[in-house]
Amino acid sequence: MNYIALQMLMADRAKYFGLIFAFAFSTFLLENQVSIFSGIMKRTGSQILDVTDADVWVMDPYTEYFEQTKALKDTDLNRVRGVFGVEYAVRLFKGNPTAKTEGGKFASTFTMGLDDSTMIGLPRRMLMGRKEDLKLANSVLIDKAGYELLYPGEPLELGRRLEMNDHVATIVGISDAEAPFVSFPVIHARYSEAVNFQGKERNQLSYVLVRSKPGVGAEMLARRIEKETGLKARTTREFVWDCVVYYLKNTGIPVNFGITIAVALIVGLSVSGQTFYMFTVENMRQFGALKAIGVTNPRLVTMVLLQALVAGAIGYALGTAMAALFFDLTGSQTATRGIVLLWEAAVGVGILMAVVVAVVATLSVRKVLVLEPASVFR
Amino acid sequence: MTTAPEIQKTVLPNERWDAVACRGVKKHFGEGDARVEVLRGVDFGATLGEMTFLVGPSGCGKTTLISVIAGLLDPSEGQLDVLGHGHGELNGTARVLFRRRNLGFVFQQYNLLPSLTAAENAAVPLIADGVRRGVAVKRATELLDRLGMGDKAGVMPKVLSGGQQQRVALARALVHEPRLIICDEPTAALDHKTGESVMQLLATAAVAPDRAVIVVTHDNRVFHHAHTIAHMDDGVVTHIESNQH
Repeated sequence: MNYIALQMLMADRAKYFGLIFAFAFSTFLLENQVSIFSGIMKRTGSQILDVTDADVWVMDPYTEYFEQTKALKDTDLNRVRGVFGVEYAVRLFKGNPTAKTEGGKFASTFTMGLDDSTMIGLPRRMLMGRKEDLKLANSVLIDKAGYELLYPGEPLELGRRLEMNDHVATIVGISDAEAPFVSFPVIHARYSEAVNFQGKERNQLSYVLVRSKPGVGAEMLARRIEKETGLKARTTREFVWDCVVYYLKNTGIPVNFGITIAVALIVGLSVSGQTFYMFTVENMRQFGALKAIGVTNPRLVTMVLLQALVAGAIGYALGTAMAALFFDLTGSQTATRGIVLLWEAAVGVGILMAVVVAVVATLSVRKVLVLEPASVFR
Repeated sequence: MTTAPEIQKTVLPNERWDAVACRGVKKHFGEGDARVEVLRGVDFGATLGEMTFLVGPSGCGKTTLISVIAGLLDPSEGQLDVLGHGHGELNGTARVLFRRRNLGFVFQQYNLLPSLTAAENAAVPLIADGVRRGVAVKRATELLDRLGMGDKAGVMPKVLSGGQQQRVALARALVHEPRLIICDEPTAALDHKTGESVMQLLATAAVAPDRAVIVVTHDNRVFHHAHTIAHMDDGVVTHIESNQH
């Protein structure tokens, strides 16, 4: 009977493809929007995730997210170093100086000033040049997207000069830094030089980057630093989530995406649900004939469930393939780099589609179960 | 058959109703003011080896009666015996299984599954009973061949004529060798010539010593195929005629 159920499902090609595409587009929209939303939210902590050689970030007690910095005192660095369990602690400057090219084009930047001696906090991947060249005087690294923003349409080239706060810096490397939340160039420089790009403030220490000793948990160390210094200490993971939560609470992004996702959910699923329900209703005479011939209700239920499952599974697979293709095409674009199809989104939408298939199938099954087999004589 | 045979009015003794026997069967729908009495005490039967026609005007209760006989509807009152099983002996799944194995149906609108070939359609009762699809389709194809439809076994219903579709429906009703075949207006959607050929096929292929055939029809041009004709009106069988072949 499974063969008959599938033949019934595919009998009318137009309705069959309509059903499949309803499930597919629901899946695509949901996976697409959820992944883009998650990708954008992840960007709020991109510069935190870029730092892999520290696992605890120490900051002013009132700091809520990465962009919001209040300079620490230089003595705070030594206080943190004195906490038991700290392998090493180094300074980090974060500022937003404006960088100007020789051609006059300028942009606000995320400038990270790394500890001069250890260079902890360097970008993970380089596309051109060497990280070590940052030790040269007046040198900076810039990310590829930032380079393209400042030098649109020009090939990647080392040795070009940027002016920041009347200081001239030479680009010695092009990095593949994670995309920031806003499309500012990400610049890495030595701490001693980066502070001059920003302009003078009495204190310049934005963050202290800490590495925990082997065997000391980052979370435990963060709590200990907080207790002993009165500063705020967050693990990398905690700090990224602080940023995400801050943007969720204080921007319209979640509302906008939430509405889009809700509309995709309601429209997509109601269309696919309605289409499948109508498919069952239109096949009611055939189900009636099968009932009269002697097909049992459990068998008919199995047939309807199989039809819903196959339509849902094919639609889901197609929708996921469409989403994967979409992110494959857009992943190589500068503006959308780093935004990928999350497996969590694919699994979550898969579970959601399974629930929808179950609900839709239940409604259709109910229709079949209450069908009077004698109706085939009318 | 070119001339209709003479019809004699007789009342058959109930003892002959060895396939189906209805005594005082009533059926109503709804309750209170909405209550409608469709069957008002029907005495009717069918005999093995014979074709019994159930005739009467629209709305007289013919379809309800065959639905009750087929176990698709429960009678409200009265005695009903189908192939040795009294109503109430079989319930739920047992009744469905009994219907699947012992009854065959031919519907007015054929009710073929448009996504299956003629042979697959004819094989549905066997497949529903657990016979492997390949075996079932082979048996159905052989039967279609006997019904003159061998060359159409792999064809989809939509390309078949009405008469051909009804032949496929007849094959579906016969393929599992049921002991009772119920036909609901089998010629209503066909022109006279095609209807006559379908009825001839029904008379030769369906009627067998251990099988009874009940045909509901309006079409008095095919009455001559009947062994017995039960006339129904306003929810009761008014008289039964024996057809002298």
